[in-house]
Amino acid sequence: AVTIFQLTCAHSVTLTLLSSVKNSEDVRCKCICPPYKDHSGHIYNKNVSQKDCDCLHVVEPMPVPGPDVEAYCLRCECKYEERSSVTIKVTIIIYLSILGLLLLYMVYLTLVEPILKSGFLPLQDHQPFANAHDVLARSRSRANVLNKVEYAQQRWKLQVQEQRKSVFDRHVVLS
Amino acid sequence: MDPNMVNAGDMNGSGNLMDFLDEPFPDVGTYEDFHTIDWLREKSRDTDRHRKITSKSKESIWEFIKSLLDAWSGWVVMLLIGLLAGTLAGVIDLAVDWMTDLKEGVCLSAFWYSHEQCCWTSNETTFDDRDKCPQWQKWSELLVSQSEGASAYILNYFLYIMWALCFAFLAVSLVRVFAPYACGSGIPEIKTILSGFIIRGYLGKWTLLIKTVTLVLVVSSGLSLGKEGPLVHVACCCGNFFSSLFSKYSKNEGKRREVLSAAAAAGVSVAFGAPIGGVLFSLEEVSYYFPLKTLWRSFFAALVAAFTLRSINPFGNSRLVLFYVEYHTPWYMAELFPFILLGVFGGLWGTLFIRCNIAWCRRRKTTRLGKYPVLEVIVITAITAIIAYPNPYTRRSTSELISELFNDCGALESSQLCDYINDPNMTRPVDDIPDRPAGPGVYSAMWQLALALVFKIVITIFTFGMKIPSGLFIPSMAVGAMAGRMVGIGVEQLAYHHHDWIIFRNWCRPGADCVTPGLYAMVGAAACLGGVTRMTVSLVVIMFELTGGLEYIVPLMAAAVTSKWVADAFGKEGIYEAHIHLNGYPFLDVKDEFTHRTLATDVMRPRRGEAPLSVLTQDSMTVEDVETLIKETDYNGFPVVVSKDSERLIGFAQRRELILAIKNARQRQDGVVSNSIVYFTEDPPELPPNSPHPLKLRRILNLSPFTVTDHTPMETVVDIFRKLGLRQCLVTRSGRLLGIITKKDVLRHMAQMANQDPESIMFN
Repeated sequence: AVTIFQLTCAHSVTLTLLSSVKNSEDVRCKCICPPYKDHSGHIYNKNVSQKDCDCLHVVEPMPVPGPDVEAYCLRCECKYEERSSVTIKVTIIIYLSILGLLLLYMVYLTLVEPILKSGFLPLQDHQPFANAHDVLARSRSRANVLNKVEYAQQRWKLQVQEQRKSVFDRHVVLS
Repeated sequence: MDPNMVNAGDMNGSGNLMDFLDEPFPDVGTYEDFHTIDWLREKSRDTDRHRKITSKSKESIWEFIKSLLDAWSGWVVMLLIGLLAGTLAGVIDLAVDWMTDLKEGVCLSAFWYSHEQCCWTSNETTFDDRDKCPQWQKWSELLVSQSEGASAYILNYFLYIMWALCFAFLAVSLVRVFAPYACGSGIPEIKTILSGFIIRGYLGKWTLLIKTVTLVLVVSSGLSLGKEGPLVHVACCCGNFFSSLFSKYSKNEGKRREVLSAAAAAGVSVAFGAPIGGVLFSLEEVSYYFPLKTLWRSFFAALVAAFTLRSINPFGNSRLVLFYVEYHTPWYMAELFPFILLGVFGGLWGTLFIRCNIAWCRRRKTTRLGKYPVLEVIVITAITAIIAYPNPYTRRSTSELISELFNDCGALESSQLCDYINDPNMTRPVDDIPDRPAGPGVYSAMWQLALALVFKIVITIFTFGMKIPSGLFIPSMAVGAMAGRMVGIGVEQLAYHHHDWIIFRNWCRPGADCVTPGLYAMVGAAACLGGVTRMTVSLVVIMFELTGGLEYIVPLMAAAVTSKWVADAFGKEGIYEAHIHLNGYPFLDVKDEFTHRTLATDVMRPRRGEAPLSVLTQDSMTVEDVETLIKETDYNGFPVVVSKDSERLIGFAQRRELILAIKNARQRQDGVVSNSIVYFTEDPPELPPNSPHPLKLRRILNLSPFTVTDHTPMETVVDIFRKLGLRQCLVTRSGRLLGIITKKDVLRHMAQMANQDPESIMFN
């Protein structure tokens, strides 16, 4: 769980760095012009800088003849917008990968681990982590890293089981 | 057998890196799960620590630097909380944006773009169909290459429901398997935690991760819930995480709650883009004790969080919230009447919602409905998706709906709601369009809004409280915005068609822009939110920070005050206090007034006819006696008296510390056996020779327990409990110990006085 947080912190640093990198496609000036006389409404997009973001620079080709341009442009509203496509891409991909990892871990914990540990499908016990108590009760021979990780994982499973009992079964918290 | 009591001496030689995997050895001074902290002791421990650091800082330069770092650690924590909360809020916003659109179609050029982002660079968008572009295709176009017609509609409908069910099922499974504490809004539990209650794991790392991930899933699934309450929980988890990195906060539960108050402010700040509103929300709704130091630090955390979110820029226009509006059309005095009507509506709806929701949650808690949480989520999602899809106002996400309802109709809008009959010769500039008669689009939009309003009112009652992260702010605002917009359009049309009536004649001339329906939507949203949560100042500040319109403070206040009055006439509790009562948390509300004339003797234990108080004596009990007493009773603490005859009070000893101290003594000290005398005085008592080594437990004795006399009015006792955060209070008469009043007894007494069930107070 701590590594996930290191990931998140690294991600936040990356985001702030990336948000300063501007793709040329990521800025635009959007002008919305409503219907005028017999011309229908239209939306114009153009990649211009903020000082050039007005009707005269963006609306091309101008649909109305010369004298009407001012009246037409008075109705149009131009807005300068920018986004960061890199931020969006990185965020969505990181989110999907975290979601995928969690799903895989969930499938492993609920389906695969009981089969591996006890060799048969635990049809009678619908609770995940049902074997946490047994593993903790067994004595450990050596204290090496793998055993420690497994022990920590079993302790976490026990905590989650307690939480699940309080919330879902006994309804004492968060009803 | 308690698997938590592991001897740390077994682990050897793997180095400090792996120590975080070890079981933390419970030492004297930590609290058990579901117990209340001792605020006075935490405060005195912090004062001791501070004094020690200050005195050591004079010794050397290194100690001085350490004292400076200790002083700044509070600000560093706030900075980190703001950064992480802002980042997580940005991630959530971007992911929700994308996944909501995933239900309807997909962007072919880059699958990670939402609908709006996909058509951002395209030149094929038209005025009437601003979101149409060839890169983004609906599912029916992708699968069967048809975009119009009955079969396309049915296919889109079916896939919409399938995606919604998929997201909701994933969310509830993740919550169930990994972090059951991640469900619900989180604000009632955080209120209880901030008042001194301990819920271990509620603000843990797994809860944070699962809450963030599943919040995106449930908001994208189209359920009628919001993300503001869960964002407060997420921000408090960040606060808990960072405060555990500094020993100043990790070892002191009282100081940690100051950090959590500030983190809650940061959470609301990123949810609404309202830093000041966030601080006020934390002050008014969430926090229990809010010292002035916390005010400044909360503001800092809220600002850092808002700034971080703005730099991530999730909505592409440097705004923090999807429905930031910025118009400045004035309002008129005569409009106060419909605003007050909206306030009344908000208050009535708030009362209705609270009563129905609590009844439904109580049913979920006590009957068989609670045994099928996953099935319940799936059924509610299916019903929501099936009913929401045909109505275009419920098909899109609630935030977009609110944004559209808040917006004023200029000449540039092309939605149905803005289908007014335009005068073709009109030459007014864009934001000064006069009132116009409604076209057919507006009438059909009103019908659809009315249906959407009824639907949202009903479905939110069943959605809030399910076993998924669910917030309440956005659905309430949506209900209010829909009602407000309908009222606003009604008033606008009334003013246009009857501009010669007396009420309109003075301020609404034909050809002027008098009525702004968007403002009515905002006022309605504020009224409904205030009716449900009973917020006052923080609501008004959040609303005007959301809209940037200081001109509208008076209508917002009028509506908020009216809705609070109307709702308070029916019941004093907001939704969060009602959920606290439903769960039986030991929360002594500062807003309740105790006006009964009972005395301390009426509430104290033991009552007449009960067994006498279990006490420890100063120096005449053996270790075995103490252990028997602990085993036979389940009290959290025992008063220590001089002797059984004199019953003069010496102090108070906590159960947990007695257990730990005796266990330690048996293992570590020589000569301590079951027959050893336990003494709480400074010097050991006179013992006959050949008696076993006595055990001194003075260090765990609290020598200054709070006492009141038996004739103290309960009003004062309740005030003492609230202001000092006590857990128990001893009752004496002429110096002799009579009984004890615990926080649970006080809560039960208050419940009894209010004719509620006193047995519903659970926990210690």
